Amino acid sequence: MRKARAANYGAGIAGGARENILQTADALRWEIGQDFHKTLMESIYTDAARIAERAVTRSGEKPRRDFDLLFDRIASSRIWGFPLMLLLFSLVFWITIAGANVPSRMLAVLLVENGHPFLKGLSATIGLPWWIDGLLLDGIYLAVAWVISVMLPPMMIFFPMFTLLEDFGYLPRVAFNLDNLFRKSGAHGKQSLSMMMGFGCNAAGIISTRIIDSPRERLIAIITNNFALCNGRWPTQIILATIFIGALAPAHLAGFISAMAVVSIALLGVALSLVVSWFLSKTWLRGEVSVFSLELPPYRPPRILQTIYTSIIDRTIFVLWRAIVFALPAGAVIWLSANIMIGDVSVAGHLIDWMNPFGLLLGLNGVILLAYIVAIPANEIVVPTILMLTVLAGRMSGVGEGAGVMFELDSAGDTLRIFQAGGWTLLTAVNLMLFSLLHNPCSTTIYTIYKETGSAKWTTVAALLPVAMGLGVTFVVAQVWRLVAGS
Amino acid sequence: MPEPLLYLLLAGASVALSYVLFWPGIGLVHKWRREGRMTERVLSEDTLKHLSKNELLGRIPTLESIAGVLQVSTSRAAEILERLDSRGLVEIKGEQYPLTGEGRRYGINIIRAHRLWERYLAEETGYTELEWHDLADQQEHDLSPDDAERLAARLGNPKYDPHGDPIPSSQRGLRSHAGVPLTSIEEPCPIRIVHVEDEPDAVYAQLVALGLRSGMTAMITEVSPDRVRIWADGEEHVLASIVAANLSVVPLESEEQLEPSSDKKLSSLNPGEEAEVVGISRACLGPELRRLMDLGVLPGTVIRAEMASPSGGLTAYRIRGAMIALRNSQADRIQIKERRKAAS
Repeated sequence: MRKARAANYGAGIAGGARENILQTADALRWEIGQDFHKTLMESIYTDAARIAERAVTRSGEKPRRDFDLLFDRIASSRIWGFPLMLLLFSLVFWITIAGANVPSRMLAVLLVENGHPFLKGLSATIGLPWWIDGLLLDGIYLAVAWVISVMLPPMMIFFPMFTLLEDFGYLPRVAFNLDNLFRKSGAHGKQSLSMMMGFGCNAAGIISTRIIDSPRERLIAIITNNFALCNGRWPTQIILATIFIGALAPAHLAGFISAMAVVSIALLGVALSLVVSWFLSKTWLRGEVSVFSLELPPYRPPRILQTIYTSIIDRTIFVLWRAIVFALPAGAVIWLSANIMIGDVSVAGHLIDWMNPFGLLLGLNGVILLAYIVAIPANEIVVPTILMLTVLAGRMSGVGEGAGVMFELDSAGDTLRIFQAGGWTLLTAVNLMLFSLLHNPCSTTIYTIYKETGSAKWTTVAALLPVAMGLGVTFVVAQVWRLVAGS
Repeated sequence: MPEPLLYLLLAGASVALSYVLFWPGIGLVHKWRREGRMTERVLSEDTLKHLSKNELLGRIPTLESIAGVLQVSTSRAAEILERLDSRGLVEIKGEQYPLTGEGRRYGINIIRAHRLWERYLAEETGYTELEWHDLADQQEHDLSPDDAERLAARLGNPKYDPHGDPIPSSQRGLRSHAGVPLTSIEEPCPIRIVHVEDEPDAVYAQLVALGLRSGMTAMITEVSPDRVRIWADGEEHVLASIVAANLSVVPLESEEQLEPSSDKKLSSLNPGEEAEVVGISRACLGPELRRLMDLGVLPGTVIRAEMASPSGGLTAYRIRGAMIALRNSQADRIQIKERRKAAS
């Protein structure tokens, strides 16, 4: 375009004179020096600032409110900063866990324990063929019901509380306090916030990385978000810790020991996310632009109703909808794999037999590997799927709901008996806890990563890196365990 | 041997093997690919580049110098030259290898692509100075003249690469920067650094670490046969002559042409103190510089330090009414003056 314009002007000038002007212009451009762009940019900005200063009138210089000063002094103080942070977040987590239990239980009773038999009865009355009934109700309906009852209540509590803290202005101060830790691993302080959000749901955590306005650090935060143990994986950790690890301790300590086991897995996740951040920033991502800045906005009273509304619409419903969409086909696949027979063994049975040697090498088994493959859409249905497949593969009778029907048991003892019948040991439980932390993100999250990065390459890295780490870690743990145990 | 130990050893061995094979930089696959890239075309293009640069400097290239640059044997170098001769790009005249017009244009295009790519890396990516040269050495062979044209337009038709070398074009031909080696200046005087040589790596790394960049002004304060003392960007540096020789400078007419700079850094402010910005260090470039300007860090802006992070490493500043936290490495790049106690 510049050329065209030069040609237009040139048309009016005699050939020789035009050449002359162009040559002079070119010579002058060399003379103005290398930093002409920088100087120009600086003067444009300075002019803009001066014009703004003249044109914008302010209603008197408002001094910072005393409250802001006071609160900042506390929130970022050497003595009170960290305890305050710890206290607030423990409170948020405690309210979430305590508050979600009741509605979760109610939803499970409504959708799974009563809804499912009711629908089965209905389908029997109208005489649906067994396979339509199985596919729709035992497969698809049950998967969706499970996801909703596990996922919805904690998110409805966690996200609004988190958003309230954000709206109040406290969260940027957390990033401010923690930045040094993240700087050392090549990340941005705000990654602490997206990670925290990831404890609720990784997909939501990844969306929340939008607050990181530096391309390299944002990619790091997206790829490492999966190391934050999400809401869908906590139940897996808790049930395994309770029935395998807590059982080793004397009864009065059992609860404490199993809680510690779960917390250590979560902390391991935090540590690994820092290590992986460091690795990424030094290798694959070092060419991405990295610029830091962190705005600390003034505190303001949170707009409670609006916050609750937006956090439920934007975060909870949005994420839940994606999860449901992905859970639908998973439910179908789970049911079909358990019900399509090749010879006299189901597809799932064949796959379990085929993967079992590899699973055992990792200190896991074929059932667990298959469960992680078919339950990729949602971590919430991993344990029910494992239980169903264990019963299926072990041809156990008297437990479970039948081929392809996921279930959970109220009694820890009964669950333990199924696992033991499936050949589980303490090693299996420990490695499953590790693998539940270190495996590919659920498909909702993978899709969200793709949406946010727009890059198939980084989506692949984010999906495969944790699963590779999980395979490596469980393999090494299994071998060392067996060496030490001497078997 | 117990089975688990065997598995562990096998896994360890395969990890070691894939490290040897695939690790970027030292892996065998990387080496093979690099050798694969050293195709006939790349070698000819590097030869033309070498010949063009020598022509500009008025040096006579020899078979040995060509073989040295290409890291091949002299007989291989001779082979390449013969092929260039048959393509009409070089004329072999006994021991001399003058370029033809066509060959010169070709060589210039490669140098243009190299220097444009370095500019691009400096402006729009996060790679560090020390990585630019090697990356551009690869990219120059993959960038067609049309690509280079588009890249130049996107970058605002830059005239110089980040080291201060003029970016040649097919119309203007290759030209040199206007500077003389810092070591050739005999008297203390104000200067502008116009070129920083990026080879050898070790010396370049030292210049980068000192924050000496092409384009900045400096004051030579002392010259002796084995070292030069200069005052640049608010800091004093003593350079050994081997380091100083890699800087090219032009003397300035008067000290007034020196850019304002200050030895006080924003990072030296204590919470509660405020100061006026003098400028942003020349060591701050590309996206980093634009971000600071976006935030309103400009000469004349008054900035007040508000509070330091309890974990260290960053401080919150009040800039034009907003509270912005900057890391210490960024605050080190902002020069300030008139440090005074704020009336709080």
